[in-house]
Amino acid sequence: MSFFIEVLMGGLLAGLMYSLVAIGFVLIFKASGVFNFAQGSMVLFSALAFVTLIERGVPFWVALIATLLLMVLLGVSIERFVLRPLVNRPPMTLFMATLGLSFVLEGLAQTLFGSQVHGLELGVEDVPVAFGSVSLSKLDIVAAGTAGSLVLILSLLFNRTRFGLALRAVADDPLAALAAGVDLRRVWAAVWAIAGVVGLVAGLLWGARLGVQFSLSLIVLKALPVLIIGGFSSVTGTIVGGLLVGSSEKLAEVYVGSALGGGIENWFPYLLALLFLLVKPTGLFGQVQVERV
Amino acid sequence: MTTQEEQAFLSPAPQSRRLDAQRFAGRTRWALGGALGLVLFVGLPFFGNDYLFSAILIPFLVLSLAGLGLNVLTGYTGQLSLGSAAFMAVGAFATYNFQLRLPSLPLLVSIALGGLSAALIGIAFGLPSLRIKGFYLIVSTLAAQFFVEWVLTRFGWFSNDSSSGVISAPHLAVAGYGLDSPAGRYLLTLFIVSVLTVVARNLIRSQTGRNWMAVRDMATAASVMGIPILRAKLTAFAVSSFYCGVAGALWAFAYLGTVEPHGFDLNRSFQILFIIIIGGLGSLSGAFLGALFIVLFPILLSHVAGSLLNGVIDPGQLQNLQKVLFGGLIIFFLVKEPDGLARLLRTATRRFSLWPLGR
Amino acid sequence: MNRTLNTLLSLALAPALLSACQKAAAGKSDPAGSTQKVDPTLNAATPAAGKQPAQYFPLQSYRVGPYAAGGTGFFGGFIDYMNLVNVRDGGINGVKLTWSECETEYVVERGVECYERLKKGLDGAPTAATNPLSVGIAYATLDRSTTDKIPLITINHGRTDSTDGRVFPYVFPLQLNPYSEVSAIVNYIATREGGPEKLAHKKIVTLYHGSPYGKETQPVLDILAKKYDFQIKHLEVPHPGNEQQSQWLEIKRFQPDWVILRGWGVMNPVAIKTAAKTGFPVDHVIGNIWSNSEEDVRPAGGVGKGYISITTHPSGTDFPVVGAIKKYVVDAGKGNLQDAKRFGSVYYNLGVINGILNVEAVRIAQGKFGKRPLTGEETRWGFEHLDIDEAKLKELGAFGLLQPIKLSCLDHEGGGRIRFQQWDGEKWNLISDWVSADRALLRPIIEESAAKYAKEKGITPRDCSADSEK
Repeated sequence: MSFFIEVLMGGLLAGLMYSLVAIGFVLIFKASGVFNFAQGSMVLFSALAFVTLIERGVPFWVALIATLLLMVLLGVSIERFVLRPLVNRPPMTLFMATLGLSFVLEGLAQTLFGSQVHGLELGVEDVPVAFGSVSLSKLDIVAAGTAGSLVLILSLLFNRTRFGLALRAVADDPLAALAAGVDLRRVWAAVWAIAGVVGLVAGLLWGARLGVQFSLSLIVLKALPVLIIGGFSSVTGTIVGGLLVGSSEKLAEVYVGSALGGGIENWFPYLLALLFLLVKPTGLFGQVQVERV
Repeated sequence: MTTQEEQAFLSPAPQSRRLDAQRFAGRTRWALGGALGLVLFVGLPFFGNDYLFSAILIPFLVLSLAGLGLNVLTGYTGQLSLGSAAFMAVGAFATYNFQLRLPSLPLLVSIALGGLSAALIGIAFGLPSLRIKGFYLIVSTLAAQFFVEWVLTRFGWFSNDSSSGVISAPHLAVAGYGLDSPAGRYLLTLFIVSVLTVVARNLIRSQTGRNWMAVRDMATAASVMGIPILRAKLTAFAVSSFYCGVAGALWAFAYLGTVEPHGFDLNRSFQILFIIIIGGLGSLSGAFLGALFIVLFPILLSHVAGSLLNGVIDPGQLQNLQKVLFGGLIIFFLVKEPDGLARLLRTATRRFSLWPLGR
Repeated sequence: MNRTLNTLLSLALAPALLSACQKAAAGKSDPAGSTQKVDPTLNAATPAAGKQPAQYFPLQSYRVGPYAAGGTGFFGGFIDYMNLVNVRDGGINGVKLTWSECETEYVVERGVECYERLKKGLDGAPTAATNPLSVGIAYATLDRSTTDKIPLITINHGRTDSTDGRVFPYVFPLQLNPYSEVSAIVNYIATREGGPEKLAHKKIVTLYHGSPYGKETQPVLDILAKKYDFQIKHLEVPHPGNEQQSQWLEIKRFQPDWVILRGWGVMNPVAIKTAAKTGFPVDHVIGNIWSNSEEDVRPAGGVGKGYISITTHPSGTDFPVVGAIKKYVVDAGKGNLQDAKRFGSVYYNLGVINGILNVEAVRIAQGKFGKRPLTGEETRWGFEHLDIDEAKLKELGAFGLLQPIKLSCLDHEGGGRIRFQQWDGEKWNLISDWVSADRALLRPIIEESAAKYAKEKGITPRDCSADSEK
C-alpha cells in the first residue's frame, strides 16, 4: 500500500512540474490565441543562459536577475518580430510560426551557449525525505511548491489587477478591448515577457532535475496532454491536468506497464487526453466553442 | 439582352481565344510532360551517379510522397496531423512483414498492402476527428505517433524478432529485374511516386476532393448542404495514411536500406509538416517544392559555407546556424507568403509570362 | 495553362537543381560542404590536390544536438591523434592522413548523405574506413559499405553479429560488442559477490534505453540468468529518458542487488539522480559503455558519487601517447577540443584509441600492399589482421590505455575485456583489473544470428581458411 502511495505522490509531484511548463502555454494562448510551441525552447534557452552565467562565476542572484531580463527581452522581441506581423492570421499559421521559432531558439541557444551538458545546483538536494513509510524527493516538493505559488500569483494577477482585467478582455475579444482603450501591443508584449519568465522558472527547476541540455526542450511533449486535459485557456486547468497526467502516467507505468512490457509512459498521457477529449472536446476548464448554424 | 449575351455579342473573341489557348496548352503540356518523363525515366538513370540517387533524388521523391499524403489531410481537408511519421512506420514495417512472410508476393503488391495497413491505422486514429475539432485534434495524431512507435519497438514480431528491432530491406526486384542498385531503387521510387501523384491529382479534382475542401473551409455549411462529413474526413485520413505508408516503405527499402522505429519519430512528422508549410498547403506541387527545399537546403548551405567561409565555421556551428536560418525561413514564409513556395513560383511564372509588362 | 506550366516547371526544376548539386558535389576539389574543422593553414600536412600521397578518413561527426558531448569528445580525440601521427611521424610511412567532417547531428539520413558524399575520397586521397560512432548510421550504411568495399568501424558498439567476419567482411565492432559487455558485467558482479556460485538467487535489473541499442542484449542476459541462476528483470525507459520515476520505484519494489544501466544521452544523469531520489544505492548501479563518461555523471551533481561504470580504457592523461598529443598537438595550439578540460576524458581517450586502431590497421595493410595510400579493400585486410600485443602497445605509448587486441576473419571484435571505474565526484578511478567476457558462451549465439542474417540477405559466408590473400 505504501508503494502505491509513493508512486501516486511521486506522480502528483511530477505532474505539478509538467504544469509549470504548461502555464507558459496557457498564458500566451489566453492572451493571443496562439499555441506557442516554442515554449520548450524558451525553457531550454533560459536554463542554458543561466547555467552559462553561473559557470562563468557570476553569483547566483545576479545571474538570476540577468537571465530574467534576458527572457523578458526575448519575449518582447518575439512578440514584436514574429507575432505582430502575423496578427489576424488563422491559428494554424501562428502555430507553425512558433514551430519555426522553436528551431530558431534552439539553434541560437546552442550557438550562444554551446552544446555541452551542464549540471544545475539550486541549493536543494535531490534526496528522499521520509514521511512515514513513504519517501518523497525534496527537490520535487520544492518544485511543486513553486508551481503552486506561481499559479496562485498568476491567478491573482489575472483576477485582481487592472492588467489582468485588460488581459482577459484581450483574450475574450481583441477588437472590443481595443475599442475600450486597452493597448493591445503592451498587453501582448507583457504576456510574452511573463511567459518568458515562467519559462525561466520551469527551466531552472527542470534543469535541476535533469541537468541542462538539449532534451530539456522535449518537456513540452509532456506538457501537451496536461494542456489538453485542463483546457488551453485555464491556469487552474493546468494544475488539475498536471496532477491527473502525472499520477495516472506513473501509476499506469507501474501497474499496467509491467503487463505490457514497460515503456508506456510516452503515449499513455496522450491516450488519456484523447479519451478526455472524446467526452469533453475542449478540456476540463477550456472555453466551450459554440457552433451556430 | 442580358449582360452575358451583351458580352458575347460585343467580344466574340474571348471564347475562341480561350479554345485556342486550351488546344495550344494541351499540346505544350503533353510535349513538356513527355520531355520531362524522358529526362526522369531514361536520362537520369544513365547520367546520374550514386550520390545523386542515394542522397538527393530518392529522399526527395519519398519525402514528396509523404508531403502529398499530409497535404491531402492537412492542406485539403484542414485536419492538422502530427502523426505522419507513425503512418510511415506502419507502412514500412507492414511491407517488410508481407515480403518476409509471404515471399511469393510481388514487391509492388507488398508495398500496396503496406500502404493499406497504414490506411487502416489512419482511419482508426482519424475517428476522433468526428468529435474533436480544430487544434485539439493534434492529440489524436500525437497519440498515434507515440503509440505506434512503442508497439513496433515492443513487439519483436514486427521486426522478425531481431534483437535490435531494426529491419533490413530485402532484395528488391520487380518482374525479375533486380533493383538493388541506386539507379534501380531510383526508378522504383520514381515509378511509384509518379503513379500516386496522378492518382492524388485526380482524387483532388473529383467530388472527393471537393468534399475535402468543403470540410476544410466550412464544415458546418457543408454538413447542412448534405456533404457526408464523416465519410470525407475518414477518406482523407485513409488516403493520407496510405500515401504516408507507401512513403515509409520506400524510405526503408529504397532509401536507407534499414529502419528502426525511432527513424519515424516526432521529428520526422515535423519535417513533413514543414515540407507542406514551406511548399504550400493545399497544392500538389507544393509537396514537391517543399521536399526539394528540405533535402537541398542543408546541402546547399554547407556548400556555400564550405566555399565562402572555408574552415572558419566548424560544422557544429554551421548546423546551429542552419537551424536558425531554417526556422527563420519558415517564419518568413508564413509572414510574406503563407501559401508557400508553390504560390511564389506561380507568381513568378505569371510575371515571367508577361515580362516585361506588369500585367 | 499557368497552373500546368507551374507544376511542370517545378518538377523540372528539381532534376536541374539536383544535377547541378551533384555536379558540384562530384567535381569540386573540396567535396560538397564538408568543412575542415582544422584550420587549413595549420594542418600543413593536409596535401592539396595531387601534390602528396594521403590517406583519407571521412568523419561523420556530431558536434551539436543531444549527443554532442560524446561526439565532440570522440572526434576530438580521433582528430588529435591523426594530427599527432602527421606532425610527429610524418604520416604512416610517409603517407599523411587527411580528413574532413560532415555534421550528422546523430541523425541517420544525414549520416547516410555524408557517407555517400565522402566515400569517394578527398582530393584523390582514397577512403580508408568510416567511423560514424552511431548505431543507427552503422545499420543504415552497413550494406552500402559492403557494396562499396569500405570498412565500417563500430568501436565498442554495433551489430553484435558483425563480430562474425564471415558474414560481415566489412564491419568491425572493435574491442567490445554488446554481448561481451553484459557478459563481462555479470562476471564482475560475480566477483563482487564472492564468486559465480554466489550469483544464485541474486536479483539484477537491467534498465535500458528504449531503442534497438538498448534491447540488443536482452536475450544474452536471459541466457546468463539461466546459467548462473539469478533473477533478471528488464525495465525499459522510453526515449529520451527524462522521466524515470516509475521505473526506479519499481526497482525499489523489486529490491535488486545490482542495476545495470544501458543508457544513452540524458537518460544517464537522470537515472543516477532518480536512483538517489528513490533511495537506491548509487554504488550498486553499473553503467555500460555508453553510460560511462564524465558528461554522463557530472550533471547528476553530488549524488553521482560512487556510481560504477565499465570502460575499455581508462581516462586520464598519464599515458605516453596522450602526453605526446599534448606536446605535439595541443601545446602547439592545434588541439581539436574546444574545452581543454576535457583532454583525457573517457570519450576523448576513446577517440585516441580509435585513431590508434585505424592507423595501425592502415600500417599493417601497407606492409602487405605497399607504402602508399590504400583503398578500402586493402585497409579491410589490415583491420582483419590487426594484432597489437603488449610490446606494440608499449611502442605506441598506449600500454594500459588500450587492451591487447587481435582480430581475425572469424573474430572482428578482438578484445572483449573491460575494466571498471568509479566516480568520486571529480573523476573516474579504476577499481578493477581487466574482466573478460564469456566469449565461448557468446560465440554460438553470434554465429546463429549472423547465419540468420546471411540467409535473409542471400549472402554466402566467406570461407576463412582461404583468407590469406583477401
